[in-house]
Amino acid sequence: MAVWLNTVLYGIYPYIALVVLAVGSMLRYDREPFTWRSGSSQLLRRRQLIWGSVLFHAGILVIFFGHLGGLLTPIWVFDALGISHGAKQLLAIGLGGVAGVFCFAGATLLIHRRLFDPRIRSTSSFSDIAILLLLYAQLTLGLATIPVSLNHLDGHEMVKFMSWAQGIFTLDPAASSYVLDANPVFKLHLFLGLTILLLFPFTRLVHMLSAPLRYLWRPGYQVVRRRQGGHGTASRPAAAAE
Amino acid sequence: MSLLLDRLNFLAPKNVGSFAEGHGTTTNEDRRWEDGYRKRWQHDKIVRSTHGANCTGSCSWKIYVKGGIVTWETQQTDYPRTRPDLPNHEPRGCSRGASYSWYMYSGNRVKYPMVRSALLRLWREARAVRTPVAAWASIVEDKAKRDSYTTRRGLGGFVRAKWDEVNELVAAANAYTAKTYGPDRIIGFSPIPAMSMVSYAAGSRYLSLMGGVCMSFYDWYCDLPPASPQTWGEQTDVPESADWYNAGFLILWGSNVPQTRTPDAHFYTEARYKGAKSVVVSPDYSEAAKFSDLWLNPKQGTDAALALAMGHVILREFHLDRQAAYFEDYCRRYSDMPMLVRLVERDGAYVPERLLRASDFAGALGQDKNPEWKTVALDRATGSVVVPRGSVGFRWGDAGQWNLEAKDAEGREVELELSFVEEDKHDQAVEVAFPYFGSRKHEHFASTEHPEVLRRRVPARALALAEGEALVATVFDLFVANYGLDRGLGGDNVATSFEDDVPYTPAWAERITGVPAERIVAVAREFALNAEKTKGKSMVILGAGLNHWYHMDMNYRGIINLLVMCGCVGQSGGGWSHYVGQEKLRPQTGWLPLAFGLDWGRPPRQMNATSFWYAHTDQWRYETLEVSELLSPTAPAGPWDGALIDYNIRAERMGWLPSAPQLEANPLEVAKVAAAAGKEVKDYVVEGLKDGSLKLSCEDPDAPRNWPRNLFVWRSNLLGSSGKGHEYFLKHLLGTSHGVLGKDLGEEGRQKSHEVAWHDEAPEGKLDLLVTLDFRMSTTCVYSDVVLPTATWYEKNDLNTSDMHPFIHPLSAAVDPVWESRSDWEIYKGLAKTFSEVAPEVLGVEQDVVLTPILHDTPGEIAQAFDVKDWKKGEIEAIPGRTMPQIAVVERDYPNLYKRFTALGPLMSKLGNGGKGIAWNTEHEVELLGRLNGLVAEEGPTKGLPRIDTDIDATEVILSLAPETNGEVAVKAWAALGKATGREHTHLAVPKEDEKIRFRDVVAQPRKIISSPTWSGIESEKVCYNAGYTNVHELIPWRTLTGRQQLYQDHLWMRAFGEGFCVYRPPIDTKTVTPALKGDGSRRQVVLNFITPHQKWGIHSTYTDNLLMLTLNRGGPVVWLSETDAAKAGIADNDWVEAYNANGALVARAVVSQRIKEGTLFMYHAQEKIVNVPGSEMTGQRGGIHNSVTRAVLKPTHMIGGYAQLSYGFNYYGTVGSNRDEFVIVRKMDKVDWLDEPAVAAKEAAE
Repeated sequence: MAVWLNTVLYGIYPYIALVVLAVGSMLRYDREPFTWRSGSSQLLRRRQLIWGSVLFHAGILVIFFGHLGGLLTPIWVFDALGISHGAKQLLAIGLGGVAGVFCFAGATLLIHRRLFDPRIRSTSSFSDIAILLLLYAQLTLGLATIPVSLNHLDGHEMVKFMSWAQGIFTLDPAASSYVLDANPVFKLHLFLGLTILLLFPFTRLVHMLSAPLRYLWRPGYQVVRRRQGGHGTASRPAAAAE
Repeated sequence: MSLLLDRLNFLAPKNVGSFAEGHGTTTNEDRRWEDGYRKRWQHDKIVRSTHGANCTGSCSWKIYVKGGIVTWETQQTDYPRTRPDLPNHEPRGCSRGASYSWYMYSGNRVKYPMVRSALLRLWREARAVRTPVAAWASIVEDKAKRDSYTTRRGLGGFVRAKWDEVNELVAAANAYTAKTYGPDRIIGFSPIPAMSMVSYAAGSRYLSLMGGVCMSFYDWYCDLPPASPQTWGEQTDVPESADWYNAGFLILWGSNVPQTRTPDAHFYTEARYKGAKSVVVSPDYSEAAKFSDLWLNPKQGTDAALALAMGHVILREFHLDRQAAYFEDYCRRYSDMPMLVRLVERDGAYVPERLLRASDFAGALGQDKNPEWKTVALDRATGSVVVPRGSVGFRWGDAGQWNLEAKDAEGREVELELSFVEEDKHDQAVEVAFPYFGSRKHEHFASTEHPEVLRRRVPARALALAEGEALVATVFDLFVANYGLDRGLGGDNVATSFEDDVPYTPAWAERITGVPAERIVAVAREFALNAEKTKGKSMVILGAGLNHWYHMDMNYRGIINLLVMCGCVGQSGGGWSHYVGQEKLRPQTGWLPLAFGLDWGRPPRQMNATSFWYAHTDQWRYETLEVSELLSPTAPAGPWDGALIDYNIRAERMGWLPSAPQLEANPLEVAKVAAAAGKEVKDYVVEGLKDGSLKLSCEDPDAPRNWPRNLFVWRSNLLGSSGKGHEYFLKHLLGTSHGVLGKDLGEEGRQKSHEVAWHDEAPEGKLDLLVTLDFRMSTTCVYSDVVLPTATWYEKNDLNTSDMHPFIHPLSAAVDPVWESRSDWEIYKGLAKTFSEVAPEVLGVEQDVVLTPILHDTPGEIAQAFDVKDWKKGEIEAIPGRTMPQIAVVERDYPNLYKRFTALGPLMSKLGNGGKGIAWNTEHEVELLGRLNGLVAEEGPTKGLPRIDTDIDATEVILSLAPETNGEVAVKAWAALGKATGREHTHLAVPKEDEKIRFRDVVAQPRKIISSPTWSGIESEKVCYNAGYTNVHELIPWRTLTGRQQLYQDHLWMRAFGEGFCVYRPPIDTKTVTPALKGDGSRRQVVLNFITPHQKWGIHSTYTDNLLMLTLNRGGPVVWLSETDAAKAGIADNDWVEAYNANGALVARAVVSQRIKEGTLFMYHAQEKIVNVPGSEMTGQRGGIHNSVTRAVLKPTHMIGGYAQLSYGFNYYGTVGSNRDEFVIVRKMDKVDWLDEPAVAAKEAAE
């Protein structure tokens, strides 16, 4: 791959994707609050959804946090803990592989349901289908990296990606160079991953940001919102007058 | 603040307090998100309107408007309160009505004037070089040009046009037709004026001022129950739904109240809470069945047998073995039961002949006026023959004596004798012959082996008449004998026990209907017992399930008999409640002048639609029902030969039924020719008809001179819903591709008519122009040449009333008509304007010769008292208005048609107004209208007359002229009636004399109408509206021969066809399932009775193409059949099936349901051909609709005229379009072909 292209795709494109992800999500949250939802189709048909969704979500959560932790934890932390690069890679392949298979099975069910259940198909938007297919492709690529990884179990390839990812976040101008000679499967996987981040604010994926985790520890379950008190009662003159 | 920042702001605490021991939290988080939900239900205004469909609901609705767009609708809840012991009316409105606003902005909305492109191209070419009328002539007189668009009807190809252009095209066609053939070739069809009176009146006013023909609907829809005019001389009058609450015993018979009268159903539920007993009679397990304490499911079409058996029980237990005093008194005073009937000998027995009249006696019993129209009875006290007041002879001869007081003509108190059964009262018990039709074999209905003439003993008395001694019997004694009850006189064919197998015992009925005899006995007994204890509070709600059969009169008369025997009619909480179709145009007498241009010329041209369509869609050419199949074995001698259409022709010729077109000659020419010959028009027409120089059009409906040429359809879906014999419409009237599978009688060599001219080649494409006004692209629009976009029910101002509640309320414009649509009033006003500009090319002020039949409620209704004599056969002199149609000359001012349209004409002041046989002066109301609407200031023939410019002006005309909405007129009307009855009735309206309801009043709140003599019930704080109430309580006679409820029909044709008394008649055999169509048996199929009930998923009887309705059902056409039948034909639920017979074919998905009775196929009517309908395997055409397998069949007894209550009235009496006796072959489709290639391309490729 030409160096300039590598720089564009893995040096510049990540920033574009991250900015769109952040600014886009913020704007959508503010401007289109009613579109901020998971778009569940459970009401229309339960069939295939429960198995598909549980498998998919279980798998993808492991994969997501695996990637997050694996890529962004500074390398010295692993070194300090005495975890060798090879061992970490094996952990990634093992855990990621199992989760990937879970996720793959779930996604297969969900895609089949979305495309071939007429009721679901006709209520799907373009983005619903597109993002699902993209995730599926990304998952496939991710699984396809396993055989490649098995060829070099020393973990040096993995370290490249950690360096790159951490380089991006530490504004390292040389970040893209770390992945210049990586296997095309990995590079494709990276590119698609960045693209998914780019598309994130325009899809139902935003529901990730509003997962109701707070419910686990919030105090009280009967919420009374006060009428007075400063915030957002402009459209209620009666309240404003109080 | 930003939602995000707010969410992320952890500095200001959100949780500001807690309660409920920490389980509750008080927060001060941003609440702007709530505004989203708040805005969802915000709106700029609410406007009151309703649904101008043919729905009886007539519910007032709130229409919500937001940003100029109608967003949704909800029920109004501000109806005036009822009295304390009665539930309120509201809320009224069903979920189907709430789906209406979908239409306004849907893809199906007609947004622009649309014209068939082939026609528009021809028009533009012709118009470039010709004047308008000449341009139209150049198109329709050239067969190739005419065919180029008529044969494409229904095959798409609409293009947009401008209003000016399309108005000119239509106006030119009208002017050409009036000039060339006569204005009576311009036809208009629009149903149910009560639902949007001004919209109806707009078209009918345009047509009537032109001399065009307005078609009836109530009879054509088969919603008119002929039994009502036969029994009461009343089109239909029924209790309001609130009166159900007053009943003690309710029978729901062939009516599906929760499904089809949804807004009223709460009264039924409330009546049950109150303790009323409820019996539901329905062959299928309908939604109504859940309302029942007892569900009876007779074989469909055998209801008369059930009713007769119940009557048998009631007569036995309440009239014979024991005489319930209330029943006896009621029958004596309010029914024809005490009247005397002459018995004549025939084949060794006697048959009941006509009712005896005063004229039969020497000196006519002192009656000098109309003695042949005064029926007689025996006075109990003196034993002498008396002439009780109230018969029709008094109505038109003796002002002040036409009432139901128990007095005779001389004013002596009388008590009429009901029966001669006591030993000393009769001279002998004679054998009287009654026809029995239940032994006739029918492949699908049970028959019994009883003889076709049943002789039963009847006590008779010999009376000395002018022409010698004669045997007579009372109607009551004959009536009881007809029910097969033993009177202790011996003889055969009578029953002493309910278990005897004799017509019409419960045991006999069990064989016919399948309902166990003991249930029949129990229901009848309890029904009567309740009526006896409550003085008539037993009610039957009956509907289309009974009325759509060919012999609907028998079903209905069977039930009416029960109600009369039990004294229920005219008592609050009792009586008959026929809710089929929507006939109740409450301010009728105010509306008539506006609608039919009576302010400018009288009489209007009106036509009974059934006979018209039967003739002009050439359904008569396929008639399979022979007169011999209908004729009674006891028929008197007479010309009972020929075909059914012959009877209709005779009826038109004798002035019984109307005609359209009327004469083969152009009626605009007739007056000119008469004047040139120096003759009176009347004499000229009579002579011409007699010598054959003039011909009635009805004798040759297929001759091009007699074709209807222009047809307007508005507020209707004629071709998608009400057009029985749909495929015949397509073939003969429209001349386009069709699915008729059978052969006509000529091809089969069975042509039997000798009154009608037979053409071997049947015409195809009689219409030059079909114009439809609609807001949606209905099936009718798709087949039209011109489609005009009309305003929806939320975009116009109009009035609406119903028989279900006593209120009048408006349609009002929530928004202006969208796109290029206009209200019906504006459309016809625009046409009138263009017509006035175009017409002078060929038309000026013309004299139009109009023929009208002998009309009910006019002095002419007493035409031929005894025999039926036909002038054409030389049996009697041809006398207009007596033995032939009435002849009138009406001036048409064609160049000023628009001016006449928009002003209230001078005849209202000159001739006054009135209705139902009474008349009053209306000058004061005309003056009031002049001040309300303003006077015409422009020079011309209308200067100084009240304006009718806008639709609101038009509503004010209706409201000001009608007694129901103007108390002053009500008082005048009651006073006018008082002159006829000699009794004081104004007390019913005097308290409301100063009340005048105006349009803005009803916009503010629905208003209860004012009691008026147009109707037989009253509006009062004490009773609910109930039909016949004023007859019973004000002693106003029913408008019948005897002035009483007429249970014996003594007209010659009634006797000939065996319906003097109510009898059981099995459904007719339409013979449309032919062996050829049945095939070789290689495909699994089943033959089923085709029933088309009222749907669940559509706004009333049309409007099924609404997306919300389609989503709730299966999104396209469906038929329902039983699991058993489905198994026989190998059909599974949701399979595509085809149903067909000689009339045509239809396709639909099957709904296989336990609800349906074996042997029937249900298809909810009016499932549009335009939604999800594939091609038929049989016809190769797209689908077909429910009416593709039906064909109208006429009944001669409905043609009778000039005989008191049996006289014609528009939408009152006449032939009806029954459709339930039909059978179809049903099978699963092999191949579902969606015919999705362009039809025109396929047609061209084939050519």
